[in-house]
Amino acid sequence: MSAHAYLRRDMIGPMPPPLAATGFVGWVRRQLFGSVLNSVLTLASFLLLIALAVPTIRFLVIDAVWEGASRADCLEETLGRPVGACWPFIAAKFKQFMYGFYPENELWRVNLTYALGVILLAPLLVPRLPYKTVNAILFFGVFPVVAFFLLVGGVFGLTHVETRVWGGMLVTLVISFTGIIGSLPFGILLALGRRSDLPIVRMLCIIFIEFWRGVPLITVLFFATYMLPLFLPGNWRIDPLLRVLIGVVLFAGAYMAEVVRGGLQAIPRGQYEGATALGFGYWRMTGLVILPQALKYVIPGIVNSFIALFKDTTLVLIVAIFDLLGQLRAAFADPNWSTPVTLFTGFAFAGIIYFVISFAMSRYALYTERRLDTGAAR
Amino acid sequence: MKRATLTLGLAFGLGLVADAASAQTLKTVKDRGSLICGVGQGLPGFSSPDDKGAWTGLDVDLCRGIAAAIFNDPNKVKYTPLSAKDRFEPLKSGEIDVLARNTTWTLSRDALFNFTAVNYYDGQGFMVRKALKVNSALELNGASICTQTGTTTELNLGDYFRANNMRYEVIAFATADETVKAYESGRCDVLTTDVSQLYAEKLKLTNANDHVILPEIISKEPLGPLVRHGDDQWFDIVKWVHFAMLNAEELGVTSKNIDEALKSNLPEIRRLLGIEGNFGEQIGLTKDWVVRIVRHVGNYAEVFDRNVGTGSRLGISRGINRLWTKGGIQYAPPIR
Amino acid sequence: MDQGRHPVRPADPVSETATGLRAPPRVALYNNPKVRSAFYQIVVLVVLVACAYAFVVNARANLAAQGFGSGFGFLGNTAGFGINQTLIAYSETDSYGRVFLVGLLNTLLVAGIGIVLATILGFIIGIARLSPNWLVARLAGGYVELIRNLPLLFQILFWYLAVLLGALPGPRDSIGLGLQPILARLAGATRWLGLPDAVAQWWQGLADWIGPPELYLSNRGLILPRPVFGEGSEFVVAALALAILATIALRLWARRRRDATGRPFPVGWAGFGLIVGLPLATLVVLGAPISLEQPVLRGFNFVGGVRVIPEFVALLIALVTYTAAFIAEVVRAGIMAIPRGQSEAAQALGLQRGAMLRLIIVPQALRVIVPPLTNQYLNLTKNSSLGVAIGYPDLFALFAGTVLNQTHQAIEIIAITMAVYLLISLVTSLLMNLYNARTRRLVER
Repeated sequence: MSAHAYLRRDMIGPMPPPLAATGFVGWVRRQLFGSVLNSVLTLASFLLLIALAVPTIRFLVIDAVWEGASRADCLEETLGRPVGACWPFIAAKFKQFMYGFYPENELWRVNLTYALGVILLAPLLVPRLPYKTVNAILFFGVFPVVAFFLLVGGVFGLTHVETRVWGGMLVTLVISFTGIIGSLPFGILLALGRRSDLPIVRMLCIIFIEFWRGVPLITVLFFATYMLPLFLPGNWRIDPLLRVLIGVVLFAGAYMAEVVRGGLQAIPRGQYEGATALGFGYWRMTGLVILPQALKYVIPGIVNSFIALFKDTTLVLIVAIFDLLGQLRAAFADPNWSTPVTLFTGFAFAGIIYFVISFAMSRYALYTERRLDTGAAR
Repeated sequence: MKRATLTLGLAFGLGLVADAASAQTLKTVKDRGSLICGVGQGLPGFSSPDDKGAWTGLDVDLCRGIAAAIFNDPNKVKYTPLSAKDRFEPLKSGEIDVLARNTTWTLSRDALFNFTAVNYYDGQGFMVRKALKVNSALELNGASICTQTGTTTELNLGDYFRANNMRYEVIAFATADETVKAYESGRCDVLTTDVSQLYAEKLKLTNANDHVILPEIISKEPLGPLVRHGDDQWFDIVKWVHFAMLNAEELGVTSKNIDEALKSNLPEIRRLLGIEGNFGEQIGLTKDWVVRIVRHVGNYAEVFDRNVGTGSRLGISRGINRLWTKGGIQYAPPIR
Repeated sequence: MDQGRHPVRPADPVSETATGLRAPPRVALYNNPKVRSAFYQIVVLVVLVACAYAFVVNARANLAAQGFGSGFGFLGNTAGFGINQTLIAYSETDSYGRVFLVGLLNTLLVAGIGIVLATILGFIIGIARLSPNWLVARLAGGYVELIRNLPLLFQILFWYLAVLLGALPGPRDSIGLGLQPILARLAGATRWLGLPDAVAQWWQGLADWIGPPELYLSNRGLILPRPVFGEGSEFVVAALALAILATIALRLWARRRRDATGRPFPVGWAGFGLIVGLPLATLVVLGAPISLEQPVLRGFNFVGGVRVIPEFVALLIALVTYTAAFIAEVVRAGIMAIPRGQSEAAQALGLQRGAMLRLIIVPQALRVIVPPLTNQYLNLTKNSSLGVAIGYPDLFALFAGTVLNQTHQAIEIIAITMAVYLLISLVTSLLMNLYNARTRRLVER
């Protein structure tokens, strides 16, 4: 080989590797620190996250008090360190939060009702399991009656328990489930009425739906509590909880009507025409052909309505019915547990319960939506 | 469908009351086997449940007196806790037989119901923190005041401050608990309600000794049990249970010496305890109605002491609630 | 089909054939669709009227038995109680009608401010959720999930009880906000940093010159200085109005010029300068006719100044954060509905992300966003009634709360309250529908 200057004789040493563009480090560089603005945002968000997460975990877990019998155990002076959540407060009030003032020796009835509800609801939620119709009839038709007799009593040798002593999660679940189970048939009828060809029926349904959707739920509850007894004959006494349930069913029915209407509108005209061609009258067509398809479409909407209703049960606090939030507020007033951290502890506990249940339901709604492939995924 | 079932079933379970305005409350109570008393939701000294659910208080003892007079058993009572806002409706509709919930006797309320007697003469007052160094209500110009809505308190407050040309900020809450909580957290400087309630609420504060009740009484609040219009016999019964307790105190009959008193020769005591005459039967009770009341519940002095007086946590002095013979205004008509 | 040769009668499909000469078949009355529909409607009407009649009769009987009185005359009776937030003059001797007005204004105040703030926050969070920055997107997503799954009443109580009443000090220990405390802290910081004392003194002197803090934060509320309008302040207000009109005119002119020549004009900055500068200049020229009345702590509370009660603040924060979470989802859905081609074309043109959003994406997304946004505004207005739980004196708490307790006239009061909320909902829907019509004017190819 001739010794040309431009010819290399030695191997070039290995060059340092390029800055990572793939893998975790590359992802971090690209996503989080891609530009100056991005970097600033990342830093700010990170600081925000730390500022929120660290005190929360310290409050809930690290500094928390796990055992105690009264307020003295949750005070800084007694413990000598900063105090976090006062969990003994929750433990002491737990029965009230879950059952209200339901008599102690009758709690088995409430637990039995819960168990029955779970046993009947769980198979309904899993799409793969069969016998859905029987399951639905049992859950929506038989279970409410059984639950009513179990909880109220007065028959079959069960002692009568006034609804005034019900409270906490029991009331929350009773109102939510009764609201949904009652508003479903009512909403279906309203939706069908709104799409009806009879002008008077259509107009009445539209007025009804728009009226109930235009007023706040709290005015509906006041209407039910104060005005409903006036409209009935003077010697009928309606239980206060029953009044609230009626108000909730009316209100939820109007919203359910809109949800079902969306489903009805999604049915192609061919179904109506095919049913008419087979000689079905209006009710047979609706019951056998249209509604089964429409209801399947609106299951995500129904679950969303249930989530909204579940959160709205907190409003009954204002008409002096003690749901979970009402019991919480009453528990705050107990001087035996009055410490600076009681409020935050109670709110944390109730918040966790509400969040877990609502979040689980919304995930379920998303799951069914994706399965049915009809949801407005946008 | 389901709603109809619910209504019917609930009605069946609860027992429909035929007609709320009938003159048959005594019969209804006897048939039912127990008295249904509307009480407060937890006011120490007047009506509050303890941890096991047993009710105690001045109003509770009146209900127990009525039950003792009718059934010879003071425990045949069911207590229905009611808030200030919703206390009248159950009485009107027949859900409860008597409302013993430290309710003020006013003209507008008398037009709708019957006030039977005054078992506690009260007035509206103010409670402030000692640290504010306030000695009189007239120094409260510009203060923030917490009160409970749905009561005569709001109106009295407005009248007093207007009459004395003082400014104030009022924050009204729906329940007594919220009001006390707001006062304790410092949202307002002053808590105002009936003085007896102030003493009771003071017990619920974390540091009761940091608070003081001002001396001014700015209104008349005669508290007593109410019954419905239209049932004179029941009205007489409730009224005379209270008068029986006052007469027993006047004559020195207590639950401790009731047995010796039964052997007494004094004509007044003999009439009181039913040994002579049939006064109890004239209002629908038994001859020994006062014996039942005093034996099971006590006379007015015992009831007062045990619940709100020096023998209780509240420690309120008898004041104008003393007997007329001792300088107070509790005065009962004679049993003859 | 030849209509001329046959008598005009409604077309009967069963009998019309090509020759059209067959007589119409006899249909039983009960099978005639028109008769059936008329029959059903009459039945429905009769049932409805019967129910309504029964209700009215029962209501009359029950009201007579109760003896509470009826009719709307109670609106003229004296109220007798005080209210702690009134936008108009009110005293205890005013009537229940005036109480109604005070409550209505309080509701409109919290709803109006709530809508504006919730929209701003909702748009920010919705856009943040679509950010390419992973951390920002996840944080926004976490916020939305957390807030949407907690009941609103829970959040209101949390903000009021735990945060405002729990964390804020009493009026005598108020936290001072404003320029003076900042400068005082700056002075402290410079001392701590070890800088020469003269610098710290300078900051301190400035702080002292400014005077006491302008804003105070305590559990009685936020106290702000109140503007006192002296002589000549009408000119300042007129100047402000003039500046606003000028900005609108400027915008129209700038748009026309841009459409004609393509040259943009910074209307935003110019408008800002006008709206701030013109009234300020008038203020200075006229010798400051508008002065600020500083709040002073005297006795129990602050005297003077404007007080924003903590109930209002708690309700506002809860409503805004809650509704913003839902608006964020609506905005995200709207933006995701725009085809990807739009953003790709914008990037091809060299637009940065901010300009792309502002000029291309959001104007198109508004078509999808506005209807559900209207829904959220209506929800916020209706949810403002929950202020009754913390003692905020809005329409519901005052009218359907205190007035109902005192007069016991349930039917009239609840009917009026429901009617007012319906009216507010209708008006809001109407205004939003007008705006919706404007967004639909977007012309596509």
